[in-house]
Amino acid sequence: MTTSLTTAASDSATPSPDRRAAAAPATAQRSRTGTAKRRGRLPHTPLHPRPSLPLTLVTGLVLLYTLLPLAWLVINATKDQNGLFDSFGLWFADETHFWDNITRTLTYDDGVFVRWLLNTLLYVVAGAGGATVLAVLGGYALAKYEFPGRRAVFAVVIGAVAVPGTALAVPTFLMFSNMGLTNTPWAVIIPSLISPFGLYLMWVFAAEAVPTELLEAARIDGSGELRTFFTIALPLLMPGTVTVLLFSMVATWNNYFLPLIMIKDPDWYPLTLGLNAWNAQAQTAGGEAVFDLIITGSLLTIVPIVAVFLLLQRYWQSGLAAGSVKE
Amino acid sequence: MTLLSTSAQAVPPPRPRRRRPLSRHALTGWGFAGPFVAVFALVFLAPIGYAAYLSLFRDRLIGGRSFVGADNYLQALTDPRFWDGLARVGLFLAIQVPVMLGIALLVALAVDSGRLYGKTFFRVGVFLPYAVPAVVASLMWGFIYGTQFGLVGNINDAFGLALPDPLSPALVLASIGNIVTWEFVGYNMLIFYSALKVVPRSLYEAAAIDGAGEWRIITSIKLPAIRSALVIATIFSIIGSFQLFNEPSILQKLAPNAITNDFTPNLYTYSLSFAGQQHNYAATVAIVMGVITAIIAYTVQLRGMRKG
Repeated sequence: MTTSLTTAASDSATPSPDRRAAAAPATAQRSRTGTAKRRGRLPHTPLHPRPSLPLTLVTGLVLLYTLLPLAWLVINATKDQNGLFDSFGLWFADETHFWDNITRTLTYDDGVFVRWLLNTLLYVVAGAGGATVLAVLGGYALAKYEFPGRRAVFAVVIGAVAVPGTALAVPTFLMFSNMGLTNTPWAVIIPSLISPFGLYLMWVFAAEAVPTELLEAARIDGSGELRTFFTIALPLLMPGTVTVLLFSMVATWNNYFLPLIMIKDPDWYPLTLGLNAWNAQAQTAGGEAVFDLIITGSLLTIVPIVAVFLLLQRYWQSGLAAGSVKE
Repeated sequence: MTLLSTSAQAVPPPRPRRRRPLSRHALTGWGFAGPFVAVFALVFLAPIGYAAYLSLFRDRLIGGRSFVGADNYLQALTDPRFWDGLARVGLFLAIQVPVMLGIALLVALAVDSGRLYGKTFFRVGVFLPYAVPAVVASLMWGFIYGTQFGLVGNINDAFGLALPDPLSPALVLASIGNIVTWEFVGYNMLIFYSALKVVPRSLYEAAAIDGAGEWRIITSIKLPAIRSALVIATIFSIIGSFQLFNEPSILQKLAPNAITNDFTPNLYTYSLSFAGQQHNYAATVAIVMGVITAIIAYTVQLRGMRKG
């Protein structure tokens, strides 16, 4: 008898006898659960539940939904244009053109894809790297220093989160174009340097992770503020820093709207704009249809970020946990 | 220019159990916060001020820039193209946000319940689309929707069905809703799951001993415990819906008849500014949109945080 989330509401407050029994210490459980690793495992209490097949299958539908399009992308990156039109979308075509597609994607139009990849890397390293540095310094200051205007800084930054980023786009573009920054990497990098979410996360994290007593002890020992920060605070702030770096990296790697308004010159496109340009070319009459390159290029665009994501995925968890409000 | 006192001066003996950092480090605090504040002023505050300034003027071919007071605002408030777009994102968020957050909550509860085989796989797999750029997600789904060589076309051919075209004017908003749901369901799931993880497990044990079933524990303990996470996720989703731009902008190439230039307020702002060169009016529409977004987000927060 496994109860799952789909239990009807009728199963609410009435204590059922079998659950009472399960709450009692069970000694004969080991035979049923095979090798029970935890001692005194109680299969039916909410604390030590047994895995449920129906629940796994229902939740599996959501997993199927999230992974199926990515499977479609991988499968169709192995087809040439004919294969795309002739074969079934969720199965491979008769012949695979995977390596051929990758080669053509990387060399099409004098290797413009590689140029876009390098641009994206530049924007991510400078933009996300800079955003992380600013957020760590700012969050540390907000958490550990009483300075005049501290509350105002925090209030303004949090208030700004509610301002739609796209509402700022037009005036930012006009300002930058007056400064002569549009159509240069600076137009993408400078706005990427601000991550209000990152600042908030670091503020919460620094307040928890760096004991004020430790900083005071360092001051008494004659350590300067910068040295204290680098030798004592920074190592403690590392997990939060990696989280902020991850979120900023994904944001800059995936950014589309900002470069769309700032960059007109294809030589400075990031990957996202490049793919969009290929798609526009494929959809216009007389343009060369490069659907196979769009699909393969899309796959190549997500592989690095997904790899980083999977390698560092435990940091996502810790970051969101630090940001979650404990009541 | 940062002022960081790195010299090791004689420090007065500290008062015991001091709660607040030393006030003489005020300048140091500004030194650390200064870089963020400076860039923030440049890319957030200055554009807001500039937009407010622009919204009060109008550029004419003859006579150049002239002050028009509230004319731009009056024009925006009576502009059917703006209101149509606003109504469209309103409809979008009324349906898409509850569906997305509902699925996210169910998965978070399922992962948290410990009743899943392969819990980590679920957590990572459902979150994975968050790493996929909106451009790639929109192109991918756009091709899947396609009746040419897309999956929908395949299914129609294979089974002799006539599924409706997801990119037709009638269905394109729902199709965009599906893309946005796919992108962000895992992100919201992780927010809920993180909040669930800090709930003391002893509460569940106590409830179980008192005879509460799983369902009762969810409604009486888990949901109230993650209330603030639910409110935050709702606010972020609402702000995101109002800013809807990327997905319709990219799908526009695949469905030019279904997605017009004023499909969402942000697409409208964009086309006003970059296709129509009406920067003043575009800035006005952006400000009106920002104010509406802020009011609604604030209302949700007040209602959501009220204990009741």
